[in-house]
Amino acid sequence: MSGFFSYFTSHFATLGHEFWPLLVGGLATGFIYSMVAIGYTMVYGVLRLINFAHSEVFMSGGFASFFLTKWLVGSGTPSAWQSVLYVVLGVMVGGLAGAAIAALVERVAYRPLRRRKAPKLAYLISAIGASYFLFNLAAKEFGRINFAMSPPFVNHALFQFANAPVEMLDVITLVVGLLMLFGLDRLVSKSKLGRSIRAVAQDAETASLMGVNIDRTIAVTFLLGGFLGGAAGYLFGLKFGVVYTMGFTPALKAFTAAVLGGIGNLRGALIGGLLLGVVESLSVAFVNGAYIDVVSFGVLVLVLLVRPTGILGESLGRAA
Amino acid sequence: MKNLNASSLKRWGSLVALYAIVTVMTGPPGNQSAPTLGFTSSFSESVSFFGLFPAPRGLFFAVLFLIIGGGLALYRRTALKRVLSGARTAVAPRYAALTQRKATRGVFYAIVILVAIFLPHLVTDPFWQSAMVSQIAIYVLLAIGLNVVVGFAGLLDLGFVAFYAIGAYTTAWVTGALPAAAPFHHAINPFWAIPIAIVFVMIAGVVLGLPTLRLRGDYLAIVTLGFGEIVTIFLNNLYGVTGGSTGSNQIPHFSIHLGPLKYLWGLDPVPYYYLTLGFVVVFLVIFSALEHSRVGRSWVAIREDEIAAESVGINPLKYKVIAFAIGAASAGFAGVITGGQSLFINPATFTLSFSINILVLVIFGGMGSIIGVVVGSLIIQSVSMYLIHTPPAGFQNSDLYIYLGALLIAMMIFRPAGIWPSKRRRREIKFVATGEELDQINGTSDVNGEPV
Repeated sequence: MSGFFSYFTSHFATLGHEFWPLLVGGLATGFIYSMVAIGYTMVYGVLRLINFAHSEVFMSGGFASFFLTKWLVGSGTPSAWQSVLYVVLGVMVGGLAGAAIAALVERVAYRPLRRRKAPKLAYLISAIGASYFLFNLAAKEFGRINFAMSPPFVNHALFQFANAPVEMLDVITLVVGLLMLFGLDRLVSKSKLGRSIRAVAQDAETASLMGVNIDRTIAVTFLLGGFLGGAAGYLFGLKFGVVYTMGFTPALKAFTAAVLGGIGNLRGALIGGLLLGVVESLSVAFVNGAYIDVVSFGVLVLVLLVRPTGILGESLGRAA
Repeated sequence: MKNLNASSLKRWGSLVALYAIVTVMTGPPGNQSAPTLGFTSSFSESVSFFGLFPAPRGLFFAVLFLIIGGGLALYRRTALKRVLSGARTAVAPRYAALTQRKATRGVFYAIVILVAIFLPHLVTDPFWQSAMVSQIAIYVLLAIGLNVVVGFAGLLDLGFVAFYAIGAYTTAWVTGALPAAAPFHHAINPFWAIPIAIVFVMIAGVVLGLPTLRLRGDYLAIVTLGFGEIVTIFLNNLYGVTGGSTGSNQIPHFSIHLGPLKYLWGLDPVPYYYLTLGFVVVFLVIFSALEHSRVGRSWVAIREDEIAAESVGINPLKYKVIAFAIGAASAGFAGVITGGQSLFINPATFTLSFSINILVLVIFGGMGSIIGVVVGSLIIQSVSMYLIHTPPAGFQNSDLYIYLGALLIAMMIFRPAGIWPSKRRRREIKFVATGEELDQINGTSDVNGEPV
């Protein structure tokens, strides 16, 4: 029993002085999870389906911005204004690539099945096919090794938060993540477009009777979710590099985040992502780093067991 | 230009998109310093134009697709379609009558079994002899197991490979081929691993299934996907138990010591072929019996409408867990055979790609159709092995994955019931196509709707 206690006291000691750095790192990763989780949650809202190809949306955003950044930055060191411009361009191009792939997946793997009113299993299988196709195609076209992305800025510690140095990359992730999540939240809750998305999520048939174009709304949902997913791929790539399998684990975690917050719920995706990022990061104090993914998986199973509707609850159509 | 209406424009648009996709996915690879190279050279690279003269790939495929597109348009517009479908409706009842006769089916199965038995004498190429065991027979076994989960019960299991891995690692453990201490003092034969492995994978199946099977189908898919990854993480990192990324030491071959009967399997794949074939036949018999049993019918009921099934007294969770455990058992079983046959196992074998490969076999053959899944596995695995053994110009083994992914989408769009649908699915398709009353098709009522 004393061994048990000393295990925890020693690990809590580690947690004690590592707490703030781990928290900052966890929050930065959490924003990336949130942005990807939004894609799951929105598609789930309108189609009641998990988009298995969303991991490849993330991956394509990473690759597109990787090639752009490589071309823009080259071997030089960009000036301050160039840095800002390049980051904005990276986010935009990553997002657009993600949106394009998401729209393509919807067009090829989902719409023909929707026309036929196929059972749910068919959508899952064709989406898995799309995911498998895309990441293996990426491997063929771009190679199979992990490419480090040289950031278009100098990644130094900007300031201390408690005893944790906060790096430029963390700040960028935080700002981009917050802006995008806030923008999407406003878009969905205020605009006409957002109203049509919510209407389809609540009741597609009635919405179509009220003059909402279902096909277009679903396509727009994929585009929006894809944009955030692709931009997240860029932020992730800045930190960890890009590789054809990069989408798999983050997407699994983003899905966990979406379920944790309450699937179909935009703010739930934000909370779930941040919470999962932090829990995962803090768990490093307790378990071997190789088992981080096991912790996230444990969280997923636990949530599904205890509260499958998530923290905020599923709120399809209310989007808040 | 009268015929160029919106729908035919769309059809040609789809054909152009398909042309671009096929040209790129069969084309040469690119690399990270030239990310567009693979795409552009897919169109510009020179290939032989039907053996006549060199031409750019883009042109070659364009002509190929024009021929296909023109052929399809011709088929749609001309009397050919009517003639063919007329012939089909004329032949179909006689064909059905023939196949439904017990004697014909008996002859059919006898021929199949005879061919299977003599196959190693017909195919003597060592590559094919070894592929017949490790790439075809074992895959058939795995596919008919996954068919119970995906086809019969309608549960999408993307972590099927985990059970296969547990089976293989249990074999290694029981036979003392892992760093972890073996449970028995002297080296034993992998045959003894079979019951232990099956118990282990069934426990794993139930432990994973109980919390997750009460959830929606898509949640199950993602949890099993995660489970597959987690098992790989443990296999890779528990050095002291699993041997880490290098895997096991040498697992002994299968052997029989029953009084005067002694036989040792060795490196020769042919005896393993017969062993696996025997197990495949046993599982085929069990699963066919299961399909028409009370359990099998409950699975179908749950798959088609869970609430309706529950309201007639079927406990969905119970039957889903049974399906999960039985599917897992067959994967564990295949793992034992793989362990004994390949001697060395390591985590690199047990990847997501493996699960998806098995899923493709089930989908291609026909979910829920045992014969279909066997035929589908034979076709896909044979074609894959053919491509690997005698690759056409520019083909890389990893291209197979791209083709399998594309095949999954194509099957779901064009032929979701698979190439050889189960009898039940065929009836349903006929029902949708002709509008005949379901119980008429089922033979439970006559033409006037009176029960027979």
